Amino acid sequence: MSERLSAADVAKVARMARLNISAADVDRYTQQLDGMLDHFADIDNLQLDDVQPMTQPYPLINVLRADLEQPCLDREEVLGVAPAAEQGRFRVPPSGGEDE
Amino acid sequence: MSNFTSAISIAQNVASGAQSAASVVEEHLQRINQREEEVHAFNLVTSEEARERAGDLDARIARGENVGPLAGVPIALKDNMCTRGVPTTCSSKILEGWKPPYNATVVDKLFAAGAVFVGKTNLDEFAMGSSTENSAFGPTRNPLDTSRVPGGSSGGSAAAVAAGFAAVSLGSDTGGSIRQPAALCGVVGVKPTYGLVSRYGLVAFASSLDQIGPFSHSVADAALLTEIIAGHDPMDSTSIPKPAPSLVSVLGRGVEGMRIGRVADLPEGADADVLARLDAAFIALEKAGATIVDVKLPSLSYALTAYYLIAPAEASSNLARYDGVRYGNRVAANDMNTMYADTRAAGFGDEVKRRIMLGTYALSAGYYDAYYGKALKVRRLISDDFAAAYVNADVILTPTSPTVAFPFGAKTDDPLTMYLCDIFTIPTNLAGHPAMSVPFGTGQANMPVGVQILAPTLGEEAMFKVAAVLESAA
Repeated sequence: MSERLSAADVAKVARMARLNISAADVDRYTQQLDGMLDHFADIDNLQLDDVQPMTQPYPLINVLRADLEQPCLDREEVLGVAPAAEQGRFRVPPSGGEDE
Repeated sequence: MSNFTSAISIAQNVASGAQSAASVVEEHLQRINQREEEVHAFNLVTSEEARERAGDLDARIARGENVGPLAGVPIALKDNMCTRGVPTTCSSKILEGWKPPYNATVVDKLFAAGAVFVGKTNLDEFAMGSSTENSAFGPTRNPLDTSRVPGGSSGGSAAAVAAGFAAVSLGSDTGGSIRQPAALCGVVGVKPTYGLVSRYGLVAFASSLDQIGPFSHSVADAALLTEIIAGHDPMDSTSIPKPAPSLVSVLGRGVEGMRIGRVADLPEGADADVLARLDAAFIALEKAGATIVDVKLPSLSYALTAYYLIAPAEASSNLARYDGVRYGNRVAANDMNTMYADTRAAGFGDEVKRRIMLGTYALSAGYYDAYYGKALKVRRLISDDFAAAYVNADVILTPTSPTVAFPFGAKTDDPLTMYLCDIFTIPTNLAGHPAMSVPFGTGQANMPVGVQILAPTLGEEAMFKVAAVLESAA
C-alpha cells in the first residue's frame, strides 16, 4: 500500500467534516481510505484535458418558479421536531461556549 | 414466478368488490406477523394506519367511487422517504424518532392511487451499502435463505416483497440500491431515468445519482408503479418537464427486430453461474426475434472509481445538514462546534463516517482537481461510451450483481470488496439512464440470479418490452 494520505490528513478531514473521532479510529480510517485511494489511482493516467466535466445527467437550466407567495411548511410543526426550539426559532448553544 | 397475488390483480379484485381492501391488508399483516422477526424487513410496521386506510377505501368503493389504479394494494416504503407524522430514520441513529412535517411526492402519488402503506423498510444507513448490514437497527435477512444478505441498500424493500409482506415496495437507487437487492431476492427492481420520478421528500444521499423506483413480483406491476410515480414535479428542480410514459401498454409487444447489446469488454468479476444465466437471456431474446449486437464500453472499468469519488463528495455535502439543530438527535455540549462534532460522531455509523470523510477529502483544497474534478470527467467518458453504444443497440444486457446473495459478514471486513458488488449497476447512475433487474433463473445454492436491462435516457418503453419477454422465458 502506498501512503497517499497520513493520519494527520484524516484528522484534518474529520475536523472539517465536524466528526469527533478517536485516535484509534483515525488510524483505522487512514488505512481504509488509503486503500481506496490506491484503487482509485486507476484514473490517474487517463488523458482528460479536453473532457468536459459532467455534473448532472439531464441538463436543465434556470429552473425557477413564479415569484408568488405559496403555502409552505408549518413553523410550529417544523420547530416541534427540532432538538431544541425557543421563541419560534431553533435554539443552539453559543459558538463561544456558555458559562456553567 | 411467485405465488403471491400481483398488485394489478389485487387492485382489480378490490375495485370490483371481489375482495375487500381490509382482507388484503390482513393477509399481508399476517405474513408480517409470521416472518418479520426472522427477516427484519421493516423499521416500522404501520398496522393500525393500514387497517384504517383499508376500511376507508372499502367504504369509498361501496359508495361507487373509483379509488385509483392501486386500490387496496399493500405497499412498503424505504425508510428514507418522508412520510408526514410517521418516523423516517434512514436507518440512522441521528434521525431516530424524527417525524417529517411533509410527504415525499411519491407518497402523495401512491396515496392518491389508492395504495395502503404497511410500513417503512430497513436500509443501509443513509442508503450507503450493498447488503443492509450497515443499518443502525440491525440487518435484514434474505427471505429465501436467512443466512444470506438481501443486498442493499434497499434490502428491506426487496425482502418485504420477496416475503410477501407487501405486494410492491419503493426503494431508492444511487449506485444499484434497487437493482442489486432485487436480483439477490429474486424480484423485479427498476431504476427509472434520472429526473423521471420526483426526489422531493427522498432524503438526499448523492443528489445527481439518486432515483426512486419500484420492487415487484412481476414486470407488469413494476411498469404500473413506474407509471404512477413518474412525471414532472415542480418541487424537484431536476425533475424532467415531460409527462409520465405509458409502460403497461407496451408489455405484450415483444422484441421482434430489437437490437440487444452485449458488452464485449464487460469488466471482469462476475461468477460463472451469473454469466451462464446472462448467456441464457441472450438466447431467449434471440429466439423471440431480437438481434444480438456487440457493443464496447471501454470506460466502464473506471466507473467504480468515478462513483466512489462523486457519491461520497455529494454525500459529504448533503449530510452536513445533520448537525443536531433542525432534526433528529443532539448530543448536548457547551459550545456549538462541540455539539456539532459530538452529535455527528454519536449519530452516524462507521460506513457513513467513512464516506463523509472520503467525500470531504475529495472536495478539499489541493485535492479537488485530482479526485472530484477528475471523476466528473470520467463520468462524461462513461456517458459518451453509452451514447456511442446506443447508436447500434436499443438496450444493453449485463449481470445485475456479480454474485448471488452472499452470507452475512462475507464482505464487511474490507469496504472495497463490498463496493465491487455495484460494479455492473453504477455506470447507469453515472449516465442517468434507466435500468432494471429481472429474475432469470438461479445460480449457486439455488439462489436467484438477476439480469440487468439498460436503456438510454427515457428508454423505459424498450426496457420494459425486453423485461416482459425475459420474464416469460425465465
